[in-house]
Amino acid sequence: MIDSSFFVYLALMAGVTYIIRMVPLTFFNKKIKNKYVQSFLFYIPYAVLSCMTFPAVFSATSNLYSAVAGVIVAVILAFYEKSLIVVAISSCAGVLIVDFILKFI
Amino acid sequence: MQTRFLQGLKDGIGIALGYISVSFTFGIAAVSSGVPVWAAVLISMTNVTSAGQFAGLPLIVASAPYIEMILTQLVINIRYSLMSLSLTQKLDSSFTLIDRLLISFMNTDEIFAVASSAADTGRGSSSYGKYVSRSYMYGLILLPFLGWVFGTFLGAAAGSLLPNFLQSAFGIMIYGMFIAIIIPPSKKMKTIRMVVIVSAILSCIFTFVPILNNISSGFSIIICTLISAAIAAVLFPIEQNDTQLKQNEEEKTI
Repeated sequence: MIDSSFFVYLALMAGVTYIIRMVPLTFFNKKIKNKYVQSFLFYIPYAVLSCMTFPAVFSATSNLYSAVAGVIVAVILAFYEKSLIVVAISSCAGVLIVDFILKFI
Repeated sequence: MQTRFLQGLKDGIGIALGYISVSFTFGIAAVSSGVPVWAAVLISMTNVTSAGQFAGLPLIVASAPYIEMILTQLVINIRYSLMSLSLTQKLDSSFTLIDRLLISFMNTDEIFAVASSAADTGRGSSSYGKYVSRSYMYGLILLPFLGWVFGTFLGAAAGSLLPNFLQSAFGIMIYGMFIAIIIPPSKKMKTIRMVVIVSAILSCIFTFVPILNNISSGFSIIICTLISAAIAAVLFPIEQNDTQLKQNEEEKTI
């Protein structure tokens, strides 16, 4: 699974990510004025995270039921603005509990 | 100069702890998809970006076309260019070209958020005005970098030893974090809520609708993201002052 092409992927990942961060930080000193470009960039992280989460999260555990439980726990705690770690670990606990219960049904 | 460095170190502790747990899940994900421990650590050392690394994994494992890797990283990480751009406004006069080249490597969401608030509160620099100094920035990025790499190693090394039921539970961890990032701002801003919902719907369409589901997951993330962010930018453009306000809100959620 890992051969010499791994290093090409590694170089591409690291290179692209670095250039994105480096070019503006090193070479620009003006602010973006165009509000559409600004807004587009502002919305991107939320769009990316939502696309990556749904529907993939529902197949992230050993079965759909425990995944649904994990999502419900995460959404509720996130709604009450618990920290990232608390939300993530509680979500895992939700999955564990449902997986455990399912063994006995 | 030393006090700024120490202040930076101190501000970095919380980020570093958070990073250990996030990169721990990356280590687990890497090993469970067949990437060896050393390769997972190498990815973390050279990238330092959670979403980008998680999205890159399946592409490496599936030997996806190189262009797909480039475009995936470009779209997922393009937000950093905005943060880098914003950070240029907050660097004081002590930064040389080399400092800028080094610091941009570690300009993550969390570093950016903390550096911005350090600049705004004046604890990041002794110069007059809302800036951070180079010694503060070096202090700030040191521990998070170590935490990121160390957490990956731990996850990758321990991940292969974990029993199945724990792997199942940890599988949801990164998504739990993503949910924790997107829900609080969605609650406060209707426009972000729309972006999150539209993105999720588009992503489901690209996963389940025949023909569309032949598109690889990397590209479908790119397409869904571009469509929903573009629609939102056109329908709900944000004024400059708004953006700054929202970035402050974001900090609280991180």
